[in-house]
Amino acid sequence: MSTAATTPDSNYLNVTKGALSWLLTLDHKRIGILYLVSILSSFFLGGMMAMLIRTELLTPGDTIMTADQYNQVFTLHGAIMIFLFIIPGIPAALGNFVLPLMLGAKDVAFPRLNLMSWWLWITGAFIAVASILINAVDTGWTFYTPYSTTTGTSVTLIVTGVFILGFSSILTGLNFIVTIHKLRPKGMTWFKMPLLLWGLYSTAIIQVLATPVLGITLLLLAMERVMGIGIFDAALGGDPVLFQHFFWFYSHPAVYIMILPAMGVISELISVFSRKHIFGYKFIAFSSIAIAVFSFLVWGHHMFTSGQSELVNMIFSALTFSVSIPSAIKVFNWLATMYKGRIQLDTPMLYALSFLFLFTIGGLTGLFLATLATDIHLHDTYFIVAHFHYVMFGGTVIAFLGGLHYWWPKMTGKMYNEKLGRIASVILFVGFNVTFFTQFVMGSRGMPRRYFHYQEQFTSLNQLSSVGSYIMAVAFFMIAGYLLHSLAKGRKAPANPWGANSLEWHTPSPPPFDNFDREMRGVDPYDYTGWKYDESIEGYVPVGGGDGTRDSRAV
Amino acid sequence: MTDSHGSEGHPAHLQHHFDNSRQQFSASKLGMWLFLATEILLFAGLFVAYAVYRSNHPEIFIYAHYFLDTKLGGINTMVLLLSSFTMAWGVRAAQLGQRKLLVALLSLTLLGGFGFLGIKYVEYEAKWKHGLLWGTNYNPESHDDHTGADEHAEEVEEAPTAPETGAPDRLNLEPTVVPPSATGPAGTVPPGEGLPHGQGAEPDNVHIFFGIYFLMTGLHGIHVLVGMSLIFWILLKSIGGAYGPKYFTPVDLVGLYWHLVDLIWIFLFPLLYLIH
Ligand code: HEM
Ligand SMILES: [Cu+2]
Repeated sequence: MSTAATTPDSNYLNVTKGALSWLLTLDHKRIGILYLVSILSSFFLGGMMAMLIRTELLTPGDTIMTADQYNQVFTLHGAIMIFLFIIPGIPAALGNFVLPLMLGAKDVAFPRLNLMSWWLWITGAFIAVASILINAVDTGWTFYTPYSTTTGTSVTLIVTGVFILGFSSILTGLNFIVTIHKLRPKGMTWFKMPLLLWGLYSTAIIQVLATPVLGITLLLLAMERVMGIGIFDAALGGDPVLFQHFFWFYSHPAVYIMILPAMGVISELISVFSRKHIFGYKFIAFSSIAIAVFSFLVWGHHMFTSGQSELVNMIFSALTFSVSIPSAIKVFNWLATMYKGRIQLDTPMLYALSFLFLFTIGGLTGLFLATLATDIHLHDTYFIVAHFHYVMFGGTVIAFLGGLHYWWPKMTGKMYNEKLGRIASVILFVGFNVTFFTQFVMGSRGMPRRYFHYQEQFTSLNQLSSVGSYIMAVAFFMIAGYLLHSLAKGRKAPANPWGANSLEWHTPSPPPFDNFDREMRGVDPYDYTGWKYDESIEGYVPVGGGDGTRDSRAV
Repeated sequence: MTDSHGSEGHPAHLQHHFDNSRQQFSASKLGMWLFLATEILLFAGLFVAYAVYRSNHPEIFIYAHYFLDTKLGGINTMVLLLSSFTMAWGVRAAQLGQRKLLVALLSLTLLGGFGFLGIKYVEYEAKWKHGLLWGTNYNPESHDDHTGADEHAEEVEEAPTAPETGAPDRLNLEPTVVPPSATGPAGTVPPGEGLPHGQGAEPDNVHIFFGIYFLMTGLHGIHVLVGMSLIFWILLKSIGGAYGPKYFTPVDLVGLYWHLVDLIWIFLFPLLYLIH
């Protein structure tokens, strides 16, 4: 491990060669890349399913598939996107890569668990995909009983896959918590950490505490199918609604597993590209923890129409309202950070701005749903579909793309085509709103979700929504195109292309195997005064000279 | 005799990304505690299921628990407690570098695990024989023929799994708290069958108790097995003298795991066997 050659050009990408040196690597950066490739493949698969859904919905009734196939396709779209892509997305791919770098550390606390997490992901993903080939599930990603215990599709298999994926997620979370506690460098107190780390930390808490409950839920579901234990079976004295409680006790916190790291990414992007110190650091940090705590107390808002008592409904409604407060605190602090900043509209910043816009819509429509009276009307309509796409896609996926563009130079050592980047992000923004804003309209007019057939009056809105999804597909192919192109032909990336100050920008792009050639100390990650732009390398260099990857004080 | 790999300033067990052994140890320990938290939450799901069904159907639990053998359960509790003790002592022995003692204590702990599983096997087998199982598999052979309450009581006494503790006819069963379905949530009970047939009679859906019983003790049993494999692994390594005052992390962590397994049983035993 330590025999790696340390010539000046040696970096984590070229230090060892061969497939096994990747598949069995303990280096957090390579594991991050493995995860990145894996989740992007899932995203592609899930995206194909989405295209099939939208194409089917071009006309009422049978367009390109049967009703049963439609049920399978939307189930797989949801399950793949959620369990394979968006939950591991930011933490396991981007987080794995940057978390130790931001800490000035050599690796995460448990590199072997980290590798195991990826292999578990692969195993779980393989089983889940196998279940598609065998007899694709048609229950919706929520696996609600009693349908999931009676359908003939391979529920048990996919549930096994998701169970294993849960393990993988727990290991990532556990690793991050310990790493942040134990491997912070000298001078980096909790409140000098980049805010992404607060986001990842609070995410990790949820991963560790909520995922086991999903595990037991899925285990019970499998037992119900395999052995007929009857816990969720009303005919045997069991309670199907209990399944919903169990499921949402995990899956509501899980939506914060998705959004908290995204918010962390946005905190970094907004500050760096406004060239201004982040506003309200502590508010943003604590609101992440507050969200993590509250997230465990609101699951009942998914069951307002499932026959909960009115009192319980009211309590969950009130708690749901309160969880939006910390989210709003963040949004206000980001706006305040931009206020009077020197805003630079690089691609990552365009994504950050999209995020602000879309997440705000998504969050506010959540309040419509948290209101008992309106939820009766909106529950299980396209309004829900639009709501969660605004937060999950408009929030998490957009932030993920922002982060991907932001750290791409660090990960690959290559710059992508900035102009294409900006164009694609705008196309995506437009396509997104065409697709999903339309769904708010349809939902509020009463079009139910998960329906294969719809009434004639919804035809034109559905077609508009489908056209939006094709626009997004164009943007995604563009992004894939210029990113891949940059790997082969991209300009060499400077150590610090954006003038950021968190520690990952204090080492070359791509970083050497050991991350840093010196012992790092904590710095104020949002103080940009020490960097100035250098035309010749199209990147930032320290005001005091040098290229920032060496610190004369420490030598 | 003792392994002295701490001599060059960079002990062999120290991974390259840690500054020193202490940092590595405290990281491992924190990781283990977090892992234990996930285990507790895994079981928490079952405890919640238990709480929900017990509060909705107390009569099922009171009736069914007489089929569990308190004596065997009690012995098993002692066995696990003792093995936890030998485990804790083993950690101490590792810290003090007492290799032989460590090996002896780990072997005893392992033995405790085998004892526990053996007794559990006896219990399971009896349930299996009498059809005291979950869901649709619940089919107590003596209950095939639903005729009268008295007959039931007698047969229960005969069943070897319901020993001297008392036959259900001595019970004053409280009626289920779930009202008949005409007024209660639809689907919970078939109309008119929501109440027990009478004193000493078998309430509806007794299988729910056995479902929960097998889930909880089964999942716990799997954890016992995992714990035993881990103990076996550190036993092998300690025979080779891998642990001493400078490095005993695995013994410490496996110990924590074993205590958790013990602790969960401490909750399972009264909740399942000692219901009043
Ligand atoms: C600002 C705070 C938010 C509030 C007040 C809120 C509120 C709600 C409510 C009340 C529902 C249930 C509606 C129903 O089924 O009738 C819901 C559904 C949902 N929300 Fe949110 N939400 C918020 C943020 C988020 C975020 C950040 C995400 C994900 C990143 C998210 C993802 C979802 C999903 C996936 C569903 C639907 C799940 C399904 O039934 O398939 N929400 N939201
Ligand atoms: Cu929710």
